[in-house]
Amino acid sequence: MSPYLTSLRAISQREALRFVHQRERFVAALVRPLVWLLVFAAGFRAALGLSIIPPYQTYITYETYIVPGLCGMILLFNGMQSSLSLVYDREMGSMKLLLTSPLPRWWLLLCKLLGATAISILQVYAFLLIAALFDIRMPSLGYVTVLPALIVAGLMLGALGLLLSSLIKQLENFAGVMNFVIFPMFFLSSALYPLWKMAESSQLLHDVCAVNPFTHGVELIRFALYGQFNPSALLWTLVATAVFTAAALWGYDPARGAIQRRGS
Amino acid sequence: MDPKRPGTSFSNGAVMAGLRVSNLSYNFGAKPALQDISFDVDRGQFCALLGPNGAGKSTLFNLLTRLFTSPTGRIEIDGQDLAKNPRAALARLGIVFQQTTLDLDLTVRQNLRYFAALHGLSGRAADLRIDAALERLDMKPRAAEKARTLNGGHKRRAEIARALIHKPLVLLLDEPTAGLDAAARQAITGHVHDLSAEGTTVLWATHLTDEVRPDDRLIILHQSRILADGLAADISGDQPLADRFLSLTAPA
Repeated sequence: MSPYLTSLRAISQREALRFVHQRERFVAALVRPLVWLLVFAAGFRAALGLSIIPPYQTYITYETYIVPGLCGMILLFNGMQSSLSLVYDREMGSMKLLLTSPLPRWWLLLCKLLGATAISILQVYAFLLIAALFDIRMPSLGYVTVLPALIVAGLMLGALGLLLSSLIKQLENFAGVMNFVIFPMFFLSSALYPLWKMAESSQLLHDVCAVNPFTHGVELIRFALYGQFNPSALLWTLVATAVFTAAALWGYDPARGAIQRRGS
Repeated sequence: MDPKRPGTSFSNGAVMAGLRVSNLSYNFGAKPALQDISFDVDRGQFCALLGPNGAGKSTLFNLLTRLFTSPTGRIEIDGQDLAKNPRAALARLGIVFQQTTLDLDLTVRQNLRYFAALHGLSGRAADLRIDAALERLDMKPRAAEKARTLNGGHKRRAEIARALIHKPLVLLLDEPTAGLDAAARQAITGHVHDLSAEGTTVLWATHLTDEVRPDDRLIILHQSRILADGLAADISGDQPLADRFLSLTAPA
């Protein structure tokens, strides 16, 4: 096997093992969107009226509306979780092991990204399965056509996590990321409410939501769940993925010394 | 170069350096961490890098392992320029970091397999090398144990075994005996001296003078500069190395 594939397999396996070892993480990753779906959405169903907007062809319940957003939420939290584990790896030193491998650094970081994305996608499917058990179902084919959308959106949010891990100097600073990245990204998006609803209350907020790459990731997933393709969402998501990845690789450039700025 | 026994190969009749550092400097902001460091370690030589805490040893190690790079100076790992040919240079390098970098939830063998894969080794070829490396450090019986259950000395030996899997020509160890008891320290110091006797170039960073043998090569690093470089016996002269080291690094 080529050294590239060997390392990809080993790095993904390690990500998977780490995930299995942290059972609480898996439970939390599933419970969080389910709480939103079964409690929050149930409460909001009456308060929010949804008109028929693409990709929907009929009136839908609020629960149905937020499923793609919650898929995005799983990918977002996982991206941040892998960012956290990268910072942890750096503090514990195991990052050094990875970065002193003779394989190119961009490849090693890409392996991390691919491994983490694969695990996020498995969780999304677990979530979709449980949602289906609660009778919140998508068209059958949608479960297949959503896969490429999940890969693209997962890579985008994983790349964002990678970028943040190169910027965060210490583990203790991670709480800030929660407040300043996850929450604004999630709430200022089309995950919980359609953008036209947002425009009714504030044009500025609508514009912020419209440029948020997370919105486009969620819309990509939403259309794909109904077997439809949303080219502008794909383009936005791909551009954001490219920008985040390039910035992350720059952040990990050895000439910048990001690995151990505090050095001794 | 004879691929089977590179430690004894010659180029132009002279012994080729296993590790060559020329005019290397590094600053953290305005604070110099290394100033114009130059030294050669011959192939198969055991070189101790002695320095008090904060002398710049860790910075030197981070530069030697390309965790970060310096715009000035040059590092060659067995003839391979680390800046121009990073992948070839890193492939020749075995590293034991100061911190334990074992995944504590995995067994010793799983840890070593992960590392082998990072060097592109898998399957039976990897297992054979892992067995040989564990054997070399007398760690074979512990292969199936979780890293978490190992004592400090065994963790270190597992890490040294791991650093040997890809048959490096140059082995770097950053304070490998930190936190170990006397017996474990002696065992590890002995193992690594044996490795250098078999042809591996060794750079061993420490702040403990009793790990240095009289016929070792010795470089003393102090306040980001090289203070002394030569045979340990010559540097210590007629006094014990510990006293000589203290007087050399004493505040003026």
